[in-house]
Order: sequence, then structure tokens, then C-alpha cells
Amino acid sequence: MSDIIDRPNIPDNDQSKAREPISNSSEWTFDLIRQYDEEIAKCAEEFGLDTYPNQIEVISAEQMMDAYSSVGMPVGYHHWSFGKQFLSTSKGYQRGQMGLAYEIVINSNPCIAYLMEENTLPMQALVIAHASYGHNSFFKGNYLFRTWTDASAIIDYLVFARHYVAECEERYGVDAVEEILDSCHALMNYGVDRYKRPAPISAAEESRRQKEREEYQQRRINDLWRTIPKMDDDDDPVRRKKRFPEDPQENILYFIEKNAPLLETWQREIIRIVRKLAQYFYPQRQTQVMNEGWASFWHYTLLHSLYEKGLVNDGFMLEFLQSHTAVVYQPPFDSPWYSGINPYTLGFSIYSDLRRICENPTEEDRHWFPDIAGSDWVETLHFAMKNFKDESFIQQFLSPKVMRDLKLFSIQNDDQEDVYRITAIHDEDGYRALREKLARQYNLSYREPNIQVWNVDVRGDRSLTLRHIPVDRVPLSKETEEVLRHAHRLWGFDVHLESVDEGTVVEDYHCPPKDQDEED
Amino acid sequence: MGMTHIVDRRLNGKNKSAVNRERFLRRYRHHIKKAVADAVQRRSITDIERGEKVSIPSRDIEEPIFHHGQGGKREIVHPGNKEFVAGDTLPKPKGGGQGQGQGQASPDGEGMDEFAFQITQEEFLDFLFDDLELPNLARKKLKDTEAFKYVRSGFTSQGIPAKLDVVRSLRGAHARRLGLGGARKKKIRDLEEQLAALKSAPEDLDAAFSHDDQVQALEEEIARLKANVKRIPFIDEIDLRYRQHVKQPKPATSAVMFCLMDVSGSMTQMHKDIAKRFFILLYLFLKKNYKKIEVVFIRHHTSAKEVDEEEFFYSRETGGTIVSSALKLMHKIIESRYSPSEWNIYAAQASDGDNWNDDSPVCSKILSESLLPLVQYFAYVEITPQDHQMLWYEYEKIQEQYPQSFALQQIADPGEIYPVFRQLFERKAA
Repeated sequence: MSDIIDRPNIPDNDQSKAREPISNSSEWTFDLIRQYDEEIAKCAEEFGLDTYPNQIEVISAEQMMDAYSSVGMPVGYHHWSFGKQFLSTSKGYQRGQMGLAYEIVINSNPCIAYLMEENTLPMQALVIAHASYGHNSFFKGNYLFRTWTDASAIIDYLVFARHYVAECEERYGVDAVEEILDSCHALMNYGVDRYKRPAPISAAEESRRQKEREEYQQRRINDLWRTIPKMDDDDDPVRRKKRFPEDPQENILYFIEKNAPLLETWQREIIRIVRKLAQYFYPQRQTQVMNEGWASFWHYTLLHSLYEKGLVNDGFMLEFLQSHTAVVYQPPFDSPWYSGINPYTLGFSIYSDLRRICENPTEEDRHWFPDIAGSDWVETLHFAMKNFKDESFIQQFLSPKVMRDLKLFSIQNDDQEDVYRITAIHDEDGYRALREKLARQYNLSYREPNIQVWNVDVRGDRSLTLRHIPVDRVPLSKETEEVLRHAHRLWGFDVHLESVDEGTVVEDYHCPPKDQDEED
Repeated sequence: MGMTHIVDRRLNGKNKSAVNRERFLRRYRHHIKKAVADAVQRRSITDIERGEKVSIPSRDIEEPIFHHGQGGKREIVHPGNKEFVAGDTLPKPKGGGQGQGQGQASPDGEGMDEFAFQITQEEFLDFLFDDLELPNLARKKLKDTEAFKYVRSGFTSQGIPAKLDVVRSLRGAHARRLGLGGARKKKIRDLEEQLAALKSAPEDLDAAFSHDDQVQALEEEIARLKANVKRIPFIDEIDLRYRQHVKQPKPATSAVMFCLMDVSGSMTQMHKDIAKRFFILLYLFLKKNYKKIEVVFIRHHTSAKEVDEEEFFYSRETGGTIVSSALKLMHKIIESRYSPSEWNIYAAQASDGDNWNDDSPVCSKILSESLLPLVQYFAYVEITPQDHQMLWYEYEKIQEQYPQSFALQQIADPGEIYPVFRQLFERKAA
């Protein structure tokens, strides 16, 4: 204490300023948050982080629970599933099973981040660095977000969606809307375009086009379902054999929205809304490791740079490091806390090691990363952040050192064998295989069953057939029939799903279910 | 920088999830209603007024999506290798265990296959009394416009002396005096100054300008003005202010509930427990609708007595049964303490159906002639698995005559309390 009080006046003005911490207490005030934000922003600029403008909102724990339960959307339409989410979030929080400190940030322009009022000042600074500068620059820089989402339009679109759904509830009843939403949610992961760029979303445009679409759509659907066949159709065997759609369609919700015979216009619009939201979240699902790793790397780096400037004291750093360590902790596979690979840990490790490879490369690094070893680390990290998704990022940048540090190994479970097999570990023979296997694990089409629209019996019973292509004989789960019921509700006629492995149907599902007798 | 916008959102938009929560409860109302009904059976009477934990099987609230199932060939990368090397094999656990994550239980022993959550006391009562209504509540509301209370409503210039507001009246008078007299008083002051000036000035030599004339004129004017001012009354009728009160219809906010119970030898403790729970339900239900509720306990065997709750439920009696004694006592208590113009009167009578046969027609007469015109609703529950006796048949006739205000039901075992209560208070189609 006396050391602080009796500090002699240092004549050099600039230096004394830099040595003075912004604050010595861990109580936050709005003024302090502003000061921290300004200093963190300066550091971020020094490292070349390019961000959207920030909006930092201080909220209560209850509001944080609200935000959690609407998947982070600041405005959302009403649905019971969000209420369910809220109940389990608040239960977890009340029991102390779950901290709410971390962090909700919205991919919007300005980029909205939430600070919870219960947090201490070091935690607020951590969240600012993590969300407002880490995630924010990721949203602005990563190619998936740049291509697939429109940060400046999302809030307006959410407001539009909320109003539209509320209006439908008023007109057609809460139950009718809930049914459609339930079914859409069941197929939400199959409501995205994976390869072609979607049209940008815009609330104004949506409202304006709604009317147009209404007329056009009905006309289109009538054409498709014209019941009286043209004379020449039946004469042409090639035409008769042609499937509809001609090529399998991966965006099942889109296909239903455009082609389901019986849906009313408002129901198509609701499908469209769910589809648009799925598309908006799609990049997040593909960049979890990269995004969390990037944000964690930068909160670590930015707060250290505050410390080096003398703007925060030792107590601040101790508290910060304690939280940081908890966030990037990876329990081993045999721990009771283990629930898969922690994306924060994996991402943070890869970025941190990339920096090391640039600054202090070893022989091994020069061998594995000849282009990167010894390069400018800020530039290299930005390159890695901008141009990849989890799968390719891991494939490209997971280094032998990180595999050794995390002690990664792969295990194979084949239902045709009596034993599990260790197929690769963190050694010279295993590195490449491990990296490939881990990368594949983050490929969405490996994580989720590959199911596409295969055919519609346009001339017959109008049934819709979906086709599942299994990978390594992995079948569909028990829930499949439940999902089919939702597909059936939207399509309005029979829905079939076939698992087709190398040309043979290995499993089939039907809604309504086929009679056992009939099948035999 | 200055790019960052910091907003304090703590005060707005709390409870954003309220609608979604309500949607959730709405969707699972059948599960919740059942949990609530079970809780009523299970809970002790004293703690019925709190929320309730509701568990719903997870499979009922799942949101299904396409997933991979078990089977096929899978390879997964894990962290934390200790002694494995490539090529090692591990035996699979017997019984087809599927790796981690199965059979977990949370610390409080709740299964993972249950979705458990808490509903509030208010929600609990809402679900408990969903679709029920107090019979004749609407009628009573209309009738009740007879009850008024007076509320202050500013001041008025007309009224009775008792309501005169002295301060306000005097204040008005003062203002009026200032208003009417102020200009004249100023004029008087001006004239007096002129007069003083004249008097002190040296006499003019020209007689035509003699000061005396002017002095006299001034003095006359002053005297006239002073007389004028003096005529302004200290207090005038228009200054008077009276406190004003207006009549406001007083809503019916108080109710009295009569609990009548047979405590003769044939009523066992089991009978009484059933009756008690029934009374509790009625009490809670009334509490939802009225601000103030009084409860009167009347027990009877061959004679009736007003008692406190403890004695009502737990003292033992022997001997025969004369139901009419309780009805008579109830009527007496209403007449002395609960004027029907101020009180909503409800009664619930529990008995095992036993009565002296001669007495049952008497009961019927008292009910239809003196009690039913006074009460909102009279519910009779007969707690017996056996055949009905005379009293029931008499009461059945009353129900035919007064379907609006009298109802009867039979309870054979505790499981029927709640359904019977619901039947008695079911919302009837208008």
C-alpha cells in the first residue's frame, strides 16, 4: 500500500500516465467500461483488427437468460421451444450449474455484445475484448460470414419476421402457426443452401415482394400440378421416366416452400422465414472452432497488451487469467467432465501455435509449414481467420505440437467388430491421419446425415421421396419417423425416406407408416 | 475511437421470455394439469399455496431432427491420451453400452429423461382452477351495486354546514377582498399623498386656486372610497367551500365461507380428511376471487356448534345426527354477522349421509325457504361409498328447484375430491 501512496512524482509526464492502471477496484462503472473499451480498441487497432462499430449493452442476469433462450437473437418470433429453453436455462442458473458470464454477441452492424451487470470489471474487460473485438472482427473478416450473412440487415429482418408471425397468429390462430413452426424447426438444418450464395435478406424487400410472390407462386404451383397431362407427354418414354426434381435438392425446406401443393401463402412465408434464419446461422455452425478460438486468442492477447502498457494491475490479470484458463480448459476423454473437444481450447491452441510458428519456428515447423514459419504473425493469423471454415482450418493449420499438447488420438468403433481400435495417436506416424480425421469431424455433412429431395410422384399419388446416403453404414436415429411426420405435415401427401447405400435401399421410412402386411 | 456505443439496458425489456414461457405452459397444459391434480392429492393442507415442480418426460417435449443413429463404422478423435498406441484394441462393454453420456443423473436425483421445471403459485392455482368459476358470481356483481362507499372528490360551493372547509373558505374570502378592494385602496393611498402635499404646500395667493376647495374635494373622494372599501364583506356566500364526496359503487370483495360438517360417530377420521381437503379447495378457490374471506366452522351431531378450525377437524363426538341443527345455526349467524348485501356467502356441507329420517324434510325446508335465498352457492358432498339415504333424496329435490345455487355430489374415496370439486364448480355454458 505505502508503495502506491508514497510514489514519488515522476517528471516524465507521458510515462507516468502509462504506468497508471485504469482502475484498482473490480467494481465497474459506465465510465470505466468506456475507458477500458477505448484502450482495448487502441490495442486492437495496433494489431490490425478490423471491426464493425460496437454496441455494448449492459443487462441483468435475467435478461441474459432471455437472450440465451432466443438463441441470441435480440428479437425473435414467439415459440414454445424458446420458453422451454428459458426454463432450462433459468433452472441451470439458479442451481449454479451454469455461469452466464460468457458471452453473447450478435453478428450485426453495429455488433451487439452483452455485458452482465453482476460481472466484475476484469470480466467485463474480458468480454469486451472477446466479443466486441474478437468475434466482431471474425464476423467482418471471415469469408463465410461475408458471403452468407448480411450484418446490416439482420435486425430489421428479425423484426419483420416477428411481426409477420404475430400477424399470422392473430389471423390463423396460435395453434396453426405453432404447427407450421414446429415442422419447419424439425427440418431447419435442411433449409440451407450450402453452395450457392443466397440473395441478401432485407425486411423492406421482403414486405414488398410478399404480394408479388403470392400471385406468382400460386401460378407456378398450379402449373406444376396441372392434372390434365398434355397429349405428347405420355408418348415420350424419356420424359416419363424423368424425375422431379431432375437433380437431388439439398435444401428441403426451399423445395417444400416452392412446390408443396396444398400450403397456403402464409405457410410458405413462414417456411421462408425459418429458412432465412437457418441460412443466417449456417456460417456459425461451420466456424465454431475458428470463431471461438479467434475470440479467445484476442482476449488473451489484447488484455496482455493492456498489462504491458501498465494499464491494468496484477490483481486484474490474476482474475482474468483464472477465467481464461477455465474457458480454454480441455478435460481428458476419461474425465467425468468430458463432453467432446472444447472448441475454445482447440481454436485457441491452433491460433496461439500459429503465432509461435511465425515467431519462433522449429525444424519441425519449417518442415510442416514452410510458407508460414518465420512469416509475419499478424498477417498469417488474419489469413487463417478469413479464408477457411472449421474443417479446412484444421486440415490446414493443426500442427503436430498442438496434437501433442492435447494428446489427441482417434478411436474406431465398427459395429461389425468386437473391439474398439486405436487408429492413430499424436506421433510421427499418426499426425496426418489424426489431422484428417479431426477435420472431417467438423464437416457438417459428416456430422449430419446427408438427406436430399429425390423425387416427387407428380403424376401419381404426389408423394415426396427423400434419399439418405449413409457414410460408413451409419444409420439414421430413432427420431427419423418423427421428423418425417413434420415433413408430411408440410408436404400434405405421403412422404418416404430411403437410405440408399451403393445403389441398394438399406432402410426405408414412411409417413403415414406402411402397414406391415402391405410391406411383406 | 468513439465507435463504441454503450447502452444501459437493465431497466427495459425484462421478461422478454414471458410469452414464450406462457406458450410452453400452454402447449403442455395437460401434463401440468395432471401434475397439479396429483399435487393436490399428495400435499398437506397447509402448504397447498405454493408453486409446484412439474416433470414432463423428455420424449414428449423433444424437438426431433435428423440425426445419426448408433451403428456403422465411426472414428472419433479424443483428447487426453495416456497409454494408447496406434493398433491397440479395447474390448467393447457388454450389453452394447454406447460410450459416454448414457444414464447420467443430475445431482438432485432427477432423471435426465425428465424435463423438470417450476411453476409459480399463481400458475399452480390457475391450473388448479382452470375452467372453473364461482357460481352466480356475475349475478352478485350486478346486485352488489347497492353497496356504495363515499370517496373525497375535491370541493364544491354548495353543501351542508357539516362539510364546510373553513381554511379554504377564508382563503377564498381573502382573495376576493384583495381582488375587489386592492385598486380602491391604491387610489386612496394616492389621494392621501396628494392631500398631504396640498396641506404642506404654501397657500396660493389666488383665491381661485384656494387649497381649501381642493382639500375638501380630495377628502370627500377619500371618504367615499373608504366607505366603498368598507362595504366589501369580510366573508361572503360565494367564498364558502364545502368538501365534496361522491358515491362510488363498492365492488363485492368479501366473502364468507361456511363449512358444515357432521361429526357424529359414523364419521371417521378418513371421512373428515376428505371433507377437509374439499373445504381447502373451496377456500383457495374463493381466495382467488375475493380479497377478504372469513371462514365459519359449524359442526354438528344432534346439536350444532360454531367452533375453531382445530376443533372442527379433530375433536371426536359420538351419537346421532340432526343435520337441521347446523342449518339453523348457519342461518342465525348470517342474520347476526353477515348481511347478504355486503357479503358473498358460500357454504359447503360434508356428511356421510346419515340423518334422522324425520329431520331430512326439515333440512329441505330450511334450505329452500331461508338459506338458499341468502347464499351464492351451497354445495353438499356426501362422503360414502354406500347407498344414499333419505337426506340425499331430499337434497336432490332441492337441486331440481334451485339448480343455480345448490349442487350435490358424492365422494367415495380421496381420489375423487378434486374431480368432484371440479364438477361442482365447472363453468357452465351461459
